[in-house]
Amino acid sequence: MADRPVDPLLIKRPADALPGSLQNNPRLSAWIRFERNGTVSITGGKVEIGQGILTSLAQIAAEELDVRLDRIRMLAATTATSPNEGVTSGSLSIQDSGAAIRYVCAEVRAILLGEAAAEFGVSTDQLKVTDGTIAIDGRATTTTYWAIATDALFERNATAKVVPKNPSTYQIVGKPAKRVDLADKVLGRPRYVHDVVLPGMLFGRVVRPNRPRAKLESFDASQAIGGTAVRDGSFLGVIAEREEVAIKAAEKLAATARWSGGVTLPEAGQLDAFMRTARSEATVLIGKGTPPAEGRVVRASYAKPFIAHASIGPSCAIAQWNGAGDSARLTVHSHTQGIFNLRADLAKALRMPEDRIVVNHVEGAGCYGHNAADDVALDAALLARAANGRPVQVVWTREQELGWAPFGSAMAIDLQATLDANGRVVDWRHELYSNGHSSRPGRDPRPTLLSAGYLDPPFELPIAIDMPLPNGGSERNAVPDYDFPCQHISKHRLLEMPIRVSALRSLGGFGNVFAIESFMDELAAAAGIEPVAFRLQHLSDPRGRAVIEAAAKRARWDGYRRAEGSGHGIAFSRYKNTSAYAAVIAEVSLEREVRVTRLVCAVDVGLVINPDGVINQVEGGAVQGTSWALKEAVKFDRERITSTSWEDYPILKFSEVPAVEVELINRMDAPTTGAGEAVQAPVGAAIANAVADALGVRIRTLPLTAERIQAAIAEQ
Amino acid sequence: MSISLTVNGKAHRVDAPDSTPLLYVLRNDLGLKGTRFGCGTGHCGACHVLLDGHTVAACDTPLWSAAGKAVTTVEGLAGNGVPHPLQQAFLDEQAAQCGYCVSGVIMTAAGLLSANPSPSDEDLRCALDRNLCRCGAHTRMLRAIKQAAEAMRHG
Repeated sequence: MADRPVDPLLIKRPADALPGSLQNNPRLSAWIRFERNGTVSITGGKVEIGQGILTSLAQIAAEELDVRLDRIRMLAATTATSPNEGVTSGSLSIQDSGAAIRYVCAEVRAILLGEAAAEFGVSTDQLKVTDGTIAIDGRATTTTYWAIATDALFERNATAKVVPKNPSTYQIVGKPAKRVDLADKVLGRPRYVHDVVLPGMLFGRVVRPNRPRAKLESFDASQAIGGTAVRDGSFLGVIAEREEVAIKAAEKLAATARWSGGVTLPEAGQLDAFMRTARSEATVLIGKGTPPAEGRVVRASYAKPFIAHASIGPSCAIAQWNGAGDSARLTVHSHTQGIFNLRADLAKALRMPEDRIVVNHVEGAGCYGHNAADDVALDAALLARAANGRPVQVVWTREQELGWAPFGSAMAIDLQATLDANGRVVDWRHELYSNGHSSRPGRDPRPTLLSAGYLDPPFELPIAIDMPLPNGGSERNAVPDYDFPCQHISKHRLLEMPIRVSALRSLGGFGNVFAIESFMDELAAAAGIEPVAFRLQHLSDPRGRAVIEAAAKRARWDGYRRAEGSGHGIAFSRYKNTSAYAAVIAEVSLEREVRVTRLVCAVDVGLVINPDGVINQVEGGAVQGTSWALKEAVKFDRERITSTSWEDYPILKFSEVPAVEVELINRMDAPTTGAGEAVQAPVGAAIANAVADALGVRIRTLPLTAERIQAAIAEQ
Repeated sequence: MSISLTVNGKAHRVDAPDSTPLLYVLRNDLGLKGTRFGCGTGHCGACHVLLDGHTVAACDTPLWSAAGKAVTTVEGLAGNGVPHPLQQAFLDEQAAQCGYCVSGVIMTAAGLLSANPSPSDEDLRCALDRNLCRCGAHTRMLRAIKQAAEAMRHG
């Protein structure tokens, strides 16, 4: 296979379409610039959110250009000049941006070689590039990319006619590369938006109401001691010269604020009933095959709670106004996942044209989906209106971050299957209840930014939606990867949203795979077949089988010896049914709480760009998935979110982290997929299966807390 | 009000109320951005610094209690541009994802290693339990700290 000129980064495209993000941004000059100091600037629109994407994209550029990796500079995206690459989400950056950068760099290299050949009166076959220096066969003269490149040379549209390199010749892609952003972070140099200092910058803090959507009746501005209170409708905040003064003033102001009304939240103990009875829109996603007349019918229901992003660094933005009235311009520094979509929603909320707003991306703390990065940008813009042209930096408090950022939606899932006499699944039914999994900006005529709902007049924030399959939202990974001949998959998307939700890593995949893979174990037990064999019996996809077999071998599944109070479990899924394959085996021991002792993850992301980057992402997804499965649930009463501190919303600690082993299957002949969300879902399911194995009784509601285990044992 | 303190070996006088959390003095008055805000209540470790060699949460440490003492931040670990063995080990192991928690983790580890140069796995995990990491880089960070401890013992 290695000598076939395959095109691994390229997802299928129509004959007349350009690859990846080039389709909407064909200008070569939008992507690349040769700098006088001998570096190459890549100016893509995808953003670093802690996943190491800039490093992988730099590897791709260096590879195609034939320059050393350290010559590549990945510039931060800005709406002022960057191509609009949409949102950095869905594990699509390598597919979209990687494909574009690969073709751009291959074409730019060819253009530069063409220029050099013309200059020296030779053919391009006689030229050889080493680290950007072009040598001519048999002559001593050399030139460089930087000597030849002019801005005008790249003021043309990409043709994608230059075939990129064959992966079998790769020197840089596929080898571990050090992250381009990490030295700053480890040495403590300013790198995050929290660290940006602009001349004359003020500090702002927001006062949130006592209940979601409450109306501000009154407050005592004189209590904002040392700062200035800022009000717009029911939006309230404070700006001050010093950060700690702004924090104190916001606390004092909050104590004086009187609010009325607000949304009533569901009864926490009746969440499952709420999900099933709330107003919803029903959709049949798959209906195929005729259900068999006979067989053994098995049913079970599963649930997952609301989960918080819970980044260690709260959301932050800086905003600055220039000019007033209709000519006012706004500049925002933000760690958003989508600079253009944020700009669109800022324009709606502030009732001004988009072309008067610039959004610059600056890195933030870890991002696992649509958190409050966009919300705080509007907060900063609103507070900066009172700052007479000075920039204002706003950081949310820990309480606001855990209580007011959008959550990953709760889900309730009913499964039903029919087994034939040979233990084969002949009918499969999956019915889910969930809010939509996206409230991202830029997709609705109304803004989705939190504070837009508190302005005078307030915007009504849109109810979360789902994107269509295969990506999906609540239905992500609701379609089983197994060869079930008869399937009925349906969903109920809630049309009310008392608790604000949006995209969180793997979206509906975590809940759906938890349900599907738990149920597969229940069916295997009903059929009297061992769980790994039962899965393989229903799976013909060779890449799916390969990750299951690799995980089973690495974990020594067959030789596992069950000690008292311990167990193991397996789960499998192909992310979005179209992306990375992952099988996970979890080993647990039951002490006072569940302790996950080992996770073995076998992963196939197609052609690997940066092996260490993939392993790092898989390890991280595994640990975060463990935290979700064992500990995490947003708590609330009828009036507000109550889990607003690390004590009320605990996440996995150092002493609780399992050993994680990653088995990477590199496929030179398969398109590269994202890695960041590959194992999140199967990790949760594998742990649930391991707990059921250890306990002898199954828990069908996450998280798997000590209380749930005790209740399950008591019921036994 | 003016308060004297030593940060990374340098004497400073700071004009701020003595109740000001050390975190904001470091970040905003002294421009040392490596110490990070995470929760403001000492529960996440993102703002850990050394105060006379002991690990403290800078968000929870009023300026007056640092007066006359020696504060070490992540910027002060490196000597003459050479990364501290802990920082080098974090780079070697690529022991981070978003990196936001890293400086606090490194400072906790620095405090631990000066008191206990050969920590067991158990010692390490116990010492780091107040440092939260959301990206799941724990295993790499533990590996990096062990590598650094080894280098420091033999260095």
